[in-house]
Amino acid sequence: MTTATRPGVRARWTLIDIVVVVYALVPVLWILSLSFKTKETLTDKSFIPTEWTFQNYVDIFSTNEFPRALVNSIGIALIATLIAVVLGTMAAYAIARLDFPGKRALVGVSLLIAMFPQVSLVTPLFEVERSLGLFDTWPGLILPYITFALPLAIYTLSAFFREIPWELEKAAKMDGATPAQAFRRVIAPLAAPGVFTTAILVFIFCWNDFLFAISLTSTTASRTVPAALSFFQGSSQFEDPTGTVSAAAVVITIPIILFVLFFQRRIVAGLTSGAVKG
Amino acid sequence: MAEIILDKVTKRYPDGALAVSDVDIQIADGEFVILVGPSGCGKSTTLNMIAGLEDITSGELRIDGDRVNDRAPKDRDIAMVFQSYALYPHMSVRENMAFPLRLAKVDKKVVQQKVEEAARILDLTQHLDRKPGNLSGGQRQRVAMGRAIVRSPKAFLMDEPLSNLDAKLRVQMRTSVSKLQRRLGTTTVYVTHDQTEAMTLGDRVVVMRGGHVQQIGSPQFLYEQPVNLFVAGFIGSPSMNFLPAGLEDGRLRTPLGDFPLTDRIRRLLEGGSAPREVIMGLRPEHFEDARLVDEPGAAFTATVEVLESMGSDKYAYFAVEGEAAMAAELEELAAESGTAEMADGGSQIVSRLSAASDAREGAELSVWFDPDKIHLFDPSDGRTLTYVE
Ligand SMILES: Nc1ncnc2c1ncn2[C@@H]1O[C@H](COP(=O)(O)OP(=O)(O)OP(=O)(O)O)[C@@H](O)[C@H]1O
Ligand SMILES: [Mg+2]
Repeated sequence: MTTATRPGVRARWTLIDIVVVVYALVPVLWILSLSFKTKETLTDKSFIPTEWTFQNYVDIFSTNEFPRALVNSIGIALIATLIAVVLGTMAAYAIARLDFPGKRALVGVSLLIAMFPQVSLVTPLFEVERSLGLFDTWPGLILPYITFALPLAIYTLSAFFREIPWELEKAAKMDGATPAQAFRRVIAPLAAPGVFTTAILVFIFCWNDFLFAISLTSTTASRTVPAALSFFQGSSQFEDPTGTVSAAAVVITIPIILFVLFFQRRIVAGLTSGAVKG
Repeated sequence: MAEIILDKVTKRYPDGALAVSDVDIQIADGEFVILVGPSGCGKSTTLNMIAGLEDITSGELRIDGDRVNDRAPKDRDIAMVFQSYALYPHMSVRENMAFPLRLAKVDKKVVQQKVEEAARILDLTQHLDRKPGNLSGGQRQRVAMGRAIVRSPKAFLMDEPLSNLDAKLRVQMRTSVSKLQRRLGTTTVYVTHDQTEAMTLGDRVVVMRGGHVQQIGSPQFLYEQPVNLFVAGFIGSPSMNFLPAGLEDGRLRTPLGDFPLTDRIRRLLEGGSAPREVIMGLRPEHFEDARLVDEPGAAFTATVEVLESMGSDKYAYFAVEGEAAMAAELEELAAESGTAEMADGGSQIVSRLSAASDAREGAELSVWFDPDKIHLFDPSDGRTLTYVE
């Protein structure tokens, strides 16, 4: 690279970077700013709140719906993520390691599911879940989430698994490991980054879903935050709910940030380098 | 340390491919045995069966007299060095080398001490706390060796351990592998593609072809007494020259001229049923610039096509008119070494002349060779007609 000798090029890239970051962050910061404004200053068009308040946050947590929705969101997303990652790991292992009849069909079908427009499934799913008694329950959301997260999980994981030098398994056996030990001490640590990355992606997918959440729930029993947000009203008909909606929006990004930060430490890029001739 | 015996060992892969068939090898305690052969001849498969990484389809594998066919790798107490090294990337060099000992539940202090000793032998002490990803190829190779030697296993298995190194490093590591094996005295089976490794490292060499053992013997013996065309062409670099020849009344008709068979060769051919058409083999070093010898022998004149001066000696390449020697084995060897046949159907002869020769490219040269050094082969099955029983 000629970065040192070409300040012009460098400046141009810096500018582009700034534009992209600003473009992506301004709406987020705006919501953050709105959430700290008082009702009176909400429309004052100032980027930095002139009067700071935590009232919006206090308000949303003092309602019935929001804390309940938060619990639903966290519970449903975590359970769906766990199941999808476990199933996805097994499927991806088989796809990466074994030759079995129907392997191509399996990959093809999961690709098909990933491409299937979810909107067209909502109505049939609604009917099915109503007749099965799954409508407006946790499993009623967890099941479709798993279905649509699985292709994502299988793809990401099998890409990771293909990169693992499986000869290490043989090496571990030669070093005196039982198959279980070889898996636990050699393969699992190498597969972990892939599993965590997939977990993050699946979690975000489940967490952000609005379509299923709004169509397959009707009460706080299973309504998740994105759906609950759309039902936000001010405390009276004449009140503008913008402040509380913003506060809720800020709150629901926090678990994602925590989730990513927590797992990011385990994702060490290039962890497998050096295992085999490099 | 252990004695390893392969008794009619056969491997058929689930897809039906017969990779190794009826292999009999007796490896004595402390012996260094090399498996060589062209790609796909079943070397790795044989090694993996000894290791326990592949099941044995039929036959018996015995280590120290015990049948171990059904024993898991971990119960065979054998260490293996892989071509790719197969180091654990998430562990430091120290942890890599300690891994087999930790699995064996060896006392922590002993582990520490053994790892440090191995690191000292392999000159890895200052790298103990680095990750494999940060090491050079040669260092990784040494870590792989270290992981094998720490637990003093009964035997070492090595599958082309040096083939990923560059030429210079390979020479260095070759000598250290050999020294290490002498020093530890551990039974070793070593797979290689490399002529020099095969000739210099082992006590004995096993030449394999298409899943069958062709010949087993000391490197020198294989070089001097190849049992068939395949071994003759495979062992030695540059390889043996082959020419079609006719046998008639004790004389040999060759593209290089007619000459009488020597008494020794005539006696070897007696009794056997030598065909009239044979293949003659002659090693490059058995030629010489005729000007420099006054011993009796055969001679011919040919044009030097290419001359490679190595300093200590000169390699002269001649084109020989007429048919090239034809045999299944030779085709296989040519495919392996990638040498295409000559376009005009003739064959090429490589000769090693002494440095004093004044051979010049494009000029005619009178070449002498020792007719007593020739090998004769049956073109139909490749067997050596001049083999000394
Ligand atoms: N897992 C497998 N399934 C089916 N056939 C196999 C398998 N592994 C090897 N083979 C076949 O068995 C034969 C011997 O293979 P092997 O790996 O032992 O050869 P090799 O002598 O080690 O070759 P190379 O020098 O290229 O490493 C080959 O023809 C190969 O195609
Ligand atoms: Mg091999």
